[in-house]
Amino acid sequence: MLEGAISQQVLDTLIKHGITIGLTLLYIVIVISIALLHVAYATYFERKSIGHMQVRLGPIEVGPHGLLQPIADGLKLLFKEDIVPEAADKPVFWIAPLIFFIAAITSLAVVPFSQGWVIADINIALLFLFAMSSLGAYGIVISGWSSNSKYAFLGGLRSAAQVISYEIAMGLSLVGVMIMAGSLNLSEIVRAQQDYPLGIYAIPQIIGFVVFVIAMFAETSRCPFDLPEAESELVAGYFVEYSGFRFALFFLGEYVGMFVMSSIATLCFLGGWTIPQYLLSIPVLGGVLSAVPGIVWFLLKVYFFMFLYFWVRATVPRYRYDQLMAIGWKILIPVALANIVITGLIKLYATGVI
Amino acid sequence: MERISSNQPPLSEARIAAELKTREITLNMGPQHPATHGVLRLVLELDGETVVKCTPYVGYLHRGIEKLGENLTYLAALPLTDRLDYVSAMNNNIGYVNAVERLFGIEVPERAKFIRTMVAEMGRISNHLLWLGTHALDIGAITPFLYVFREREWIMDLFEELCGARLTLSYPRIGGVRNDLSQKFIDSLYEFTEKFPSRVDEYETLLTENRIWLKRTKGIGVISAEEAINLGFSGPTLRGSNVKYDVRKHAPYDAYDKVEFEVPVGFNGDVFDRYMVRIKEMRQANRIIRQCIEKLPKGPIMADAPEFTLQPKDEMMPVTHPAIEHAFYIDEKVCKGCGMCLRACPAKAIFGEKKQPHKIRQELCVACATCYATCPFKNIRIIPGGKGLSEERLKELAESPIPEEIAKAAEHLVKQFTIIRRGPRVPEGELYVATEVPKGELGFYFVSDGRGRPYRMRIRAPSYVHAMALPRLCEGGLVADIISNIGSIDIVLGECDR
Repeated sequence: MLEGAISQQVLDTLIKHGITIGLTLLYIVIVISIALLHVAYATYFERKSIGHMQVRLGPIEVGPHGLLQPIADGLKLLFKEDIVPEAADKPVFWIAPLIFFIAAITSLAVVPFSQGWVIADINIALLFLFAMSSLGAYGIVISGWSSNSKYAFLGGLRSAAQVISYEIAMGLSLVGVMIMAGSLNLSEIVRAQQDYPLGIYAIPQIIGFVVFVIAMFAETSRCPFDLPEAESELVAGYFVEYSGFRFALFFLGEYVGMFVMSSIATLCFLGGWTIPQYLLSIPVLGGVLSAVPGIVWFLLKVYFFMFLYFWVRATVPRYRYDQLMAIGWKILIPVALANIVITGLIKLYATGVI
Repeated sequence: MERISSNQPPLSEARIAAELKTREITLNMGPQHPATHGVLRLVLELDGETVVKCTPYVGYLHRGIEKLGENLTYLAALPLTDRLDYVSAMNNNIGYVNAVERLFGIEVPERAKFIRTMVAEMGRISNHLLWLGTHALDIGAITPFLYVFREREWIMDLFEELCGARLTLSYPRIGGVRNDLSQKFIDSLYEFTEKFPSRVDEYETLLTENRIWLKRTKGIGVISAEEAINLGFSGPTLRGSNVKYDVRKHAPYDAYDKVEFEVPVGFNGDVFDRYMVRIKEMRQANRIIRQCIEKLPKGPIMADAPEFTLQPKDEMMPVTHPAIEHAFYIDEKVCKGCGMCLRACPAKAIFGEKKQPHKIRQELCVACATCYATCPFKNIRIIPGGKGLSEERLKELAESPIPEEIAKAAEHLVKQFTIIRRGPRVPEGELYVATEVPKGELGFYFVSDGRGRPYRMRIRAPSYVHAMALPRLCEGGLVADIISNIGSIDIVLGECDR
């Protein structure tokens, strides 16, 4: 009956696309579940490492060495009462944490975890990441606005200004990497670093690297730039009125954001899942190093940045709002611009244009 | 309906300003807020992040301590002072007992003076530690908070070893201190003084040269020396503005004139200088404790002033021994039936006609000794161990002469009783005595009408004065500076609201 209606060719294409879509969905489920597991244990890692820096133990009661603490926290948040303020703009209030969380988790789609381990290997991956991190700011701003609370409102305003300012510095700091790699595709950037004699872009792009790391802290609103949620000033900032799982979405989004930022830093500056060629050429050690799978290097580098987040949080106080703006506009952006000019000139010289 | 046409003249500046009327946000900060150190309420008017107007409201922790003090004897009001500035209860106690001793005219023994100086400086360190932790936490540095609590816990343990309490201590007494020091306490305190300077270095590595800390504290909340005096500042908050005034130096009490210490001052009068003054003060306090341990003289710990102070309990043991139950008996031959005891008896155990000898119903008597103290003719006899005996037996015992030690102890009991119930006979007059507590100058002003309780007790609390300077410090700054300023003036609302 179907003969003639659908030709064999169309059928084959449909089946092919069906399989692709099915596989992609499977990948997405795998990536999200693994990422959320990492997020859960990043909180544990944070509490433990900061705890030991502060001469205390951190979580210790739930499970051996407190290992089940993140799960207990998650369960608690799931079962808590969901309170919506009487005067809140309810639809907006409900959608804000979703925007924040979805924007954060969507970024993971373009992050290559190892050679070919990526859901969508698109050529504008870096731009996509910027777009998603900016979209996350909408979640913060509208959550601050819709809560109808002055503290949340101030937190939302702070966040809007902060994210916009540091987005620029962050984008500019990565232009140097784009010039050197000649691509916006993250896998291409990693491959370009592998071919590069020094193995990582953090050395030639040291200015861009420093600017990126600073902007990374501001972009994810982490200490010392945690002004939108400064608990001593704004109680909790933009999510002060949220409770239960809506709060958990903000919390998860923040940590996913940290993972994404650490991943960008790893991919663009530290060579992603690769290690420099000169290390591999060392007689015995090189053999051992090359035997280690790429995902291990990737995770090690990402967790180095995660540790940096926690380390900084345990060490420094918080900047003031105007000081934060001054750093962004007066220092980071000019420095990043200068970096672009210098990198561009060197590139032109190296390719023999000038 | 008004229509906007293209040939309408452009809106003038004034018109735009009138149409787009902007007004300040009123933000109610506190009384429940993590950074207002208790229940301070600040009503802020904000233009964006800039503070246009700041109005502090106090009184959320008002417990009427001054009024309560007027209804209690001088001895009984001591524990109230624990609840003033509960972070440094020891210093409040010492301020109070110093004022009362000056009123009574008691000289405290040397050893007690040194002990008081020592524990007062311990209180100062523990207060400054809490201040440092919370101040740094407010500005965003979380680690110093946990570091300082490690040392504060040590001081708390020392206090516990000293007097059993950790927070509300009530260790000093009018005329001395409650109990002598144990060797274990002295050893542990000495170890503390040896380790503490290196711990202060540890806090300083995290803060003093930290770029962000400097940016958040330098040039914030600047108060000139003149203005600081006019606002009534005292203590480290005043000394941060380069005014070298310290009650411990300028009007020494306890043993402060016998120990060496410096009074650190700041120069610019900003948040950072107040921070540095307190950090240096902790080191000086440590030095004072060291000297007190080294110079601690031997001798009594309570003044010998039986008309004002309670004597050691073992002296009155024969009468108040818990195992002996007493009976009271009215000598019928002498009793004039004035009715004083009848009215005074809380158990209503005394009966009798007016101008006729009274009698005590033994089955109702609770042996409280009120009648014994009240009787103007000293007619009532205590019969030790007389509880449950028959009326004839009591009469028989009452007629036999009293053993001398019982008589003496009974006399003592009466004295104690009057001191506890009515308070000692106090010279009339009024006086103000100030002491240097960690937050500034704590003053006690007493008006005495000669009764056992003050006619008026007024407390000059430094936190109250400092809290009232907040508008001056905060207006024109940013929201984040309010936090730095509240931290730098180190207020505790228990003391502010009283």
